[in-house]
Amino acid sequence: MNSLLEFLSLADPNVRFVVLGSVLLGMSSAVVGCFTFLRKRALLGDAIAHSILPGICLAFMVSGSKNPWILLAGAAVSGWLSVAAIDIITRKSKLKPDTAVGLVLSVFFGVGILLLTHIQHQGNASQAGLDKFLFGKAASMTSEDVLVFGGVGMLLLLVVIAFYKEFKLISFNPEFAKVIGLPVAFLEFLLATVTVLAVAVGIQAVGVVLMAALIISPAAAARFWTEKLAVMIVIAAIFGALSGVFGSFISFSAPSMPTGPWIVVALTVFVMISLLFAPQKGFVARWLRDGNNHEKILTENILKALYQIGEKARDFAGSRELAEIRERREFGPGELKRGLRILARRKLVVEAATGWRLTSLGLTESRRVVRLHRLWEMYLKEKIRLKEDHVHAGAEAIEHIITPEIERLLEEKLGFPERDPHNSEIPR
Amino acid sequence: MKNPIIEVHNLTVSYNKRPVLWDVDYELPPGQLIGVLGPNGSGKTTMLKTIMGLIRPDSGFVEVMGKKLDEVRDKVSYVPQRESVDWDFPANVMDVVLMGRYNPKHMFRRLSKEDRELAVAALEKVNMLPFAERQISQLSGGQQQRVFIARALARQADLYLMDEPFAGVDAASEESILELLTGMKAEGKSIMVVHHDLQTARNFFDWIILLNTSLVASGPVNEVFTEQNLQAAYGGKLTVLSQIADLVASKAFPLREKGLQDREKL
Repeated sequence: MNSLLEFLSLADPNVRFVVLGSVLLGMSSAVVGCFTFLRKRALLGDAIAHSILPGICLAFMVSGSKNPWILLAGAAVSGWLSVAAIDIITRKSKLKPDTAVGLVLSVFFGVGILLLTHIQHQGNASQAGLDKFLFGKAASMTSEDVLVFGGVGMLLLLVVIAFYKEFKLISFNPEFAKVIGLPVAFLEFLLATVTVLAVAVGIQAVGVVLMAALIISPAAAARFWTEKLAVMIVIAAIFGALSGVFGSFISFSAPSMPTGPWIVVALTVFVMISLLFAPQKGFVARWLRDGNNHEKILTENILKALYQIGEKARDFAGSRELAEIRERREFGPGELKRGLRILARRKLVVEAATGWRLTSLGLTESRRVVRLHRLWEMYLKEKIRLKEDHVHAGAEAIEHIITPEIERLLEEKLGFPERDPHNSEIPR
Repeated sequence: MKNPIIEVHNLTVSYNKRPVLWDVDYELPPGQLIGVLGPNGSGKTTMLKTIMGLIRPDSGFVEVMGKKLDEVRDKVSYVPQRESVDWDFPANVMDVVLMGRYNPKHMFRRLSKEDRELAVAALEKVNMLPFAERQISQLSGGQQQRVFIARALARQADLYLMDEPFAGVDAASEESILELLTGMKAEGKSIMVVHHDLQTARNFFDWIILLNTSLVASGPVNEVFTEQNLQAAYGGKLTVLSQIADLVASKAFPLREKGLQDREKL
């Protein structure tokens, strides 16, 4: 708890740098990632990340220094070359985009590892730390690093804000953008450059290997929560920023812990939460909806069975034993009792000494279900022209979702029929 | 023809090296509802995309209102095929229609109040205003089509090129789209529509372009709809031409000798 307070107070200037750096890197990658995600090029970030390694190594070999500006320039150049290579291979050859991405990624990364090994064997004292690009070095960011990479991150955010409209259009419908005269080639070049730079700075935090997560995860998680692009970008940025804070906190409280992987762990948690708990699209929401539907079908079927028994006996007030209901309609093991209990809670049935009976409220409700079933059967017969022995199965499912508006429409279209295709009365 | 709205001159276009339009040449009168018809794979969409500058022709050229497209882009609008985009994109109906108001001259600028008013008016014309805030993923096929048409209308153009606006559209949407096109014609707009249904084409359009890789016919609807023309477009393939096209594709053969293209333009 103490360490959390100490961390949050940001009293330690080192902590300040690391947190600020991680937040900016997380945010810029997340925002740029929204567009790669929507243009269905999620893996592009991974390819760029791996392709940046040779650029960093070459920049170091040529300059002999680890000045962040120089390394960033090297990274940008080779990252950009990889995007161009993927683009050319996809357009000029028969290879599909996924193959092009895989090819470029592995070739560039192979060369990068080769160069890295070469540098390390030279025994150059200043080479120490270059291998940190593989897994990130957020915790050991210097103030200059933060200034450079954080600054670039800010710049990227500004570019996305400035070209938000246009980026939106080329992500949704690039052909239309071209037709209205937007400079699509330039905009795509700009978006590619922004992506390369986001990856180049993001690598500082999480490294080459985990960079794809920083690009893809926030966008993928954010997409679950909204149908508005602007909101999605903001949510993704928040996820990216929070992950940055979380990762730096872990490595602050346990210095042996690496920051980058913990940032990715935090991102993964956001993705999992979104996948599970997002309204409507999340698993839990879908599971609840399925459960509700199932419950509605079960209880309405029981009501219908009770009504039909009463209809036959010309007595809707009598109580029915479970066996009697089962005779009318089959229910899964335990389902009938479960359904009856739900109905009892809603005061539609009551348990009597010899079984269950409909309340007056339950009778009205059961009459409604039977009416919908028989109306739909009539509709299938009269308007869809199904044979009489085919209409029942169709009505079994549809009776549960017909709204009062559709019910009225059905009655009008059918001329308020009194009897269904099997000559049973349609109850009012 | 005097002041043609579109002139297509000796246009040859390939797709994946295979020629899909071959020496197509015609002029179109302004202020008409023009239908582009032909069997599947006859080059209808390719022709529209070439006119809109989305595909580079192998030879020949297109002039719109007597000028290069770039000079009159603001007066031309385009409705792409509905299936050409992913409707699961996070946007609502208004967002998409406003895209019609984007302008290369105002890239950084936010959309103005006037842009919004024009978008609302466009939505009203296609009877989609009540759906302005609806997510595009929740629209029916016909509604998606009408959103695309509204986006094109928002550009306030004089010439509209529409790729299969009637495809996969329910009867009510078809009716309202046709009514809209007729109304636009009455306002003096020119409309070119790729269409797939021969039955309805006769009633919909004033002018017909009948296409089957090469141009079969282009003219007023009554003159074009002859037994002979329809037979040429739909009855069997032009076997020699399609064999040559296959040959060109398999050998990646150039369609024009070098240097000839420029001379031809003169």
